[in-house]
Amino acid sequence: MVSLKAIITDHPHEIAAAKAVIFPGVGSFNYAAAVLRDKQLAKALLEVIADGKPFLGICLGMQLLFSQSEEADKIEEPAEGLKVITGEVKRFPATLRVPHVGWNKVNPVSNHPLFEGLTDGAYFYFTHSYYVKPEDNRHTLALTNYGFSFTSAVISNNLFGVQFHPEKSGPAGLRLLSNFGKIIADQD
Amino acid sequence: MLAKRIIPCLDVRDGRVVKGTRFINLRDAGDPVELAGFYYSEGADEIVFLDITASVEGRRATLDVVYRTAEAVFIPLTVGGGIDSPEFMQELLQSGADKVSLNTAALRDPWLIKAGAERFGSQCIVIAIDARRIDQAGQDINLKWEVYSHGGRQPTGRDVIEWAVEVERIGAGEILLTSMDADGTLDGYDNDLLAAVTGSVRIPVIASGGAGTLEHLYEALTIGRAHAVLAASILHFGTYSIAGIKEYLSAKGLPVRPVNS
Repeated sequence: MVSLKAIITDHPHEIAAAKAVIFPGVGSFNYAAAVLRDKQLAKALLEVIADGKPFLGICLGMQLLFSQSEEADKIEEPAEGLKVITGEVKRFPATLRVPHVGWNKVNPVSNHPLFEGLTDGAYFYFTHSYYVKPEDNRHTLALTNYGFSFTSAVISNNLFGVQFHPEKSGPAGLRLLSNFGKIIADQD
Repeated sequence: MLAKRIIPCLDVRDGRVVKGTRFINLRDAGDPVELAGFYYSEGADEIVFLDITASVEGRRATLDVVYRTAEAVFIPLTVGGGIDSPEFMQELLQSGADKVSLNTAALRDPWLIKAGAERFGSQCIVIAIDARRIDQAGQDINLKWEVYSHGGRQPTGRDVIEWAVEVERIGAGEILLTSMDADGTLDGYDNDLLAAVTGSVRIPVIASGGAGTLEHLYEALTIGRAHAVLAASILHFGTYSIAGIKEYLSAKGLPVRPVNS
């Protein structure tokens, strides 16, 4: 279907040895950021990114590319994210139904190989209460409307992040993952 | 804008689909994994397994079915039936379920909802409510519904709206609302019930029970303001296809995720 050889790991050396990294995540920002720090994973991930290896953050895995989240606001010593993209991670306003759960449209802001073969406005599956707001809009790769337009995919060279779950988004999600596979293959 | 979801529901016992289906093109229509795969390819937005097994062996079979389904079906998967501990929730989620649906155990012990939401997030916790109209001598004003437990066998004395509001407050992420009056009739959903619940909570409500025609689905999503419709009989017996349902709803102006996109 997607034909990527993958391992699930929490070892820094395995991450360092990888050709590319998919960084998924569901859960709380602060807890995950603390685990990344404690297990020495943050350093390994930052090296992968600095080396320009293809990197795909999914859901919380994308939010962790930013520095801090409003989710950690009530915590005395909030853990920091990877800080590779400048911007905020904000909670959806209480005027909306939160969490944002279900299938919503994703509109890429430009042609990019990650969205090759996907129609503008293809539906993907979302489940989240926080969204990212990059400071520089050149980091926004796609937008989604939920009461207002928010960034649903980010980019910085070979670093990508998606707020939705491609692994739960049917054929469109599988296409995006195989596009990511092509980006990896093109590195050789 | 979120798409309205069409969700096939499969009743499973000891790892097998219980209610018969009329798909002759399936190799084994009793295999939940194969049937889920069929609905996935047809454009289902989500799959629900209701496991009506109580035994330990049955639970093992369920975990195996969930695991194999998650390997082949790339849409959210909800599993309900007999879930009474955070440990079992975790086993199901680790096997590949995206959400768990609680019913009787949550009524007995609402703490389960909170524990599940804190550990796995509200988006994982679906509360199934079986509702029956309270007969008020033909009065249509102030309709009321009572919550039933144990697969609809036991009245609980609880008011459906109050229970819906409470589960949202404790941490439920979604409500699966079944009208016991409408279930199996093919006469349409109980849209009064749906409207009453969707008007009282902010979490999504999945309509269940009573679908017989395409118009019924449309009414549940508009008059009832449901966010999703659960369908069993009309899909299993091949009365309608998911593609046909989506085409109809789309023509009526509702947002749906196109099949094969």
